[in-house]
Order: sequence, then structure tokens, then C-alpha cells
Amino acid sequence: MNQKISMSRPSVGEAGRTGDWRSSRPVMRAELCLAAKAGKVTCQLCWLYCPDACITQGMPPEIELEYCKGCGICAEECPAHAIEMVPERAHGVCEMPGGAAR
Amino acid sequence: MTVHVMTGNDAAATAAKLARVQVVAAYPITPQSPVVENLSKWVEQGELPAEFVAVESEHSALTVCIGASTVGARAFTATSANGLAYMTEQVWWAAGARLPIVMCVANRAMAAPWNVLNDQQDSMSVRDAGWVQLYCRDNQEILDTTVQAFRIAERLNVPVMVCYDGFLLSHTMMPVDVPDAEVADAFLPPRTAPLQVVDVNNPRNVGPVTLADPRADADGTLQPGYMEFRAMHHGALLEALEVVPDVDRAWETATGRGWGGLVCEYLLDDAEIVLVAAGSLVTQLTLVAEALRAEGVRAGVLGIRCYRPFPVAALRERLAGRALALVFDKALSYGYQGPIAEDLKAALYAAPDAPAVYGAICGLGGRDVSPGQLAAATRAALGDLAAGVTDRAPVWINLAEGSMR
Repeated sequence: MNQKISMSRPSVGEAGRTGDWRSSRPVMRAELCLAAKAGKVTCQLCWLYCPDACITQGMPPEIELEYCKGCGICAEECPAHAIEMVPERAHGVCEMPGGAAR
Repeated sequence: MTVHVMTGNDAAATAAKLARVQVVAAYPITPQSPVVENLSKWVEQGELPAEFVAVESEHSALTVCIGASTVGARAFTATSANGLAYMTEQVWWAAGARLPIVMCVANRAMAAPWNVLNDQQDSMSVRDAGWVQLYCRDNQEILDTTVQAFRIAERLNVPVMVCYDGFLLSHTMMPVDVPDAEVADAFLPPRTAPLQVVDVNNPRNVGPVTLADPRADADGTLQPGYMEFRAMHHGALLEALEVVPDVDRAWETATGRGWGGLVCEYLLDDAEIVLVAAGSLVTQLTLVAEALRAEGVRAGVLGIRCYRPFPVAALRERLAGRALALVFDKALSYGYQGPIAEDLKAALYAAPDAPAVYGAICGLGGRDVSPGQLAAATRAALGDLAAGVTDRAPVWINLAEGSMR
């Protein structure tokens, strides 16, 4: 710790493991995702709208739960209703990097 | 060096010019307006190579200074009373972002009711924001302190507020020695690189969400949490207890004028009764001490030049062994007492050989305070002291009978 003021860089994980904040988890149902169904990188609105850049483009797009805060914007914007916000308690324990449970 | 007859506002503006400020952003408010009117004129006439940004509010004035200071410019603004209150959010930002902005505050009473005259409620109300606060006694000290303020600010990476009494100093003409530009330049070299990294090839978010705990960044390096940054900021303010006197001594070497560093004193050596205040009241109190000495009372004056950080050690050392410290505040923490009295009592708590501390409230909203009234208040305090009163509710000077019900 040597800097005198708070600064951050545009890097993955720069703000810490913000996935800790999540109370609901976005669950992608590929069978409804337009891109997955079309077999090409189309739509991608979830990737576009994610304010924390936690979503990678794909068929279907992938959601990085290490940093997803669970805001639910992706689920709200998905025109095919392919993303469902499921309360974390429904998933049981969260895993830490390395596999430790907490 | 040339002696000019000028107002306190002219002295503040002249100091900013001597400091070669690069960005001035301000919104007019009585009694500060002539400071930035001068600077605006000098920029327009080509005498001061700076950007003058005319903004629509005080909030924007300080915000522009924050932007300018973030990228490394020497930035200056001035305000008073409700203008200072309006920019309060940014007052905190400038401090927390550790930006060496200098702001002159021509002290004025807070509304409501509306009043443009002097007291010190405005700057006292932001004493906790993390700026260094210096209070001036006369126009020469305003000029000298404002130049010093840039060196203090840039050494510590904290903003500095130079406070002086509205109208009593801001609009009163006095002879002021204006140092030559070469003297000021040697004293205050150009600002060095800012703490902030501003580089399009190496971008940073400055002042991002910073949670309570330290966090590992993308490289796994532990970065400070909110409390660690606040502790570092507090450390910088405490360091100002050394830097403010150092800079004052350096100024004295350069110009022959020093102002006492953290505190100033008059007839203090053998004083039993010490009159304490900040700002132009200190000058008035020297007359009171002289008058009381003529009556056989060993009175002296201790002026607070640096109010934040509060010079606890200096005050303890100078007040040890005295009988009474009588504090005259031109501000009030409503429902409690005057801020300087409150702070002095806390500073002296458990100090060996500490005097009794009494508070007095005076001069609110520009209510005239005469040396005669101050002397009478001191005589009354001596009566209380002789009666064995160790603590006393603040006395209001020159208040109409029956007002406090």
C-alpha cells in the first residue's frame, strides 16, 4: 500500500471480487438464447448492457460470476427472457477460488 | 519590493498573481468578489497568463479547480459564506483527492437571515473537511499567507483555505509590501507532478468507489481501503504542523516577514490572562491587552493562525502556567459553544498546568466589537475567575438583554 489517493485501472478484477455482493445470480438458459439458437454471434444485448463488463460475447454469452454483482440488467434486457435471476440461497454454498467453500 | 495601499481582497489577488496561478475559476459573492474581479482583469489584460473560467455557481467554481488541479495546474478560487456552503460537497472532494488548491475565504455570516457582514461561521463550518485553514490578521498577512499557502499545499498535497475577515480586512485599505516577482518565484517554484496519473496511454479512474477494507487489485497487490486513505490524509494534516511553520520561516528568510507559524503572540511572556482569537480580532486584542496592563492586569494575546490542523502542542506549551485563557469566537456550534473555545478546552484536557478556559461569542453578522467591550468582558471574566469558576457557559458580548430565551 503506497499510493496516497484512490485510483483504479481498467483491468479485470481491479475493484476486487465484486461477485461477493450478489444476492441473485443470472442463470443463462441456452435453449432460449437467440444467439445460441441461431448458431452465430447475434443479439448480444446482455453483453452490451452489462455495466460491469462481466459478460463475454458468445453463443450463448458467458457470465463471469466472480465479478457479477447481480444487478439483473442482463435479465431485464434479454428479448428472449433467456436469463433468469435466481436467489443465491437456491445455489447453496459459494465457492472461493481454489475450491474452498464459505 | 514596493509598498502599495490596498484592500485585503487586492492583497489576496496580488498573491495569486505572484504565485503564477494557471487556472482561476470563481463566482462572485460579497465580500470576496473584488479578488476574482482583479484576477479576471489581469487575465484579460494579458498581465497574468492563466485561464479564467467564469462559472455559474460556487459548486462549479471549485469543481473546475479540482479538474485543473488533477491534471497538474496551480488552481485558485475565492468565496464567502453561502458560496462556500454551496461548494461544500466539492470542498470535501478537493481534500480527499489530495489536490493542492488554494482558496481565499473572505469570512462572512451565514444566512438566514440574510447578512453580508463579517463573522467566521462560514469557514469554521467546514473545519472538518480536511483542508489546512489559516486565519489572517491584516492585509500584509493575507498577501504573505496566500503565497505561502501554495507551497504548503503542494508540499503536502492538501488544499489550503486562507481566511480573512470580510469588510474588516477585505475592504479596508492598508499599506502592503508586495515582493518582487523574482522573490516569489524563488520561494514558490512551479508545481511538480501531481499524485494523479493522467495519461491516455495509462488510464486511471481517480477517486473510484473505495470500500472500507483494503482490496487486492487486478495484479493481486493490496490497495488501501477507505479508512487507510483517510488515515493518510489525517497524517498529511498532522504533518502540516511542521510544514506551516517551516514555510513561514522560509518566507521570513525571503522577505523579512514571518507570522509566527501556527500561532502568534503579543505580551505573552509573563501574561496570567491570555486572550485567544483568530483573524483580525487578534489585532484588536493587542489594544485590549495594553489597556488591561495599564490597569495592572498581566494580559497577553495568543492568536490562532493555523486553525486546522489545530496546534495542540503549541497551545499547551504557551498556555501552561497561565491563570485563564479567554477565547473570543466569531462563530458558534449551535447548542454548544464557540469552535475555538471548544477545541482549546479539548486540547488542554489533562495537560499539566493548564489554565481555566472561558468562551465568549462576539461579532456575529458584523456586530461591532470595540476594544472597550472586549476589555469589559475580560474584567468580568477576571471576576468569575476570582470567584473560583472553573467552567462557564459562553458569554455573548454586546447582546441585547433578554435575547437568549
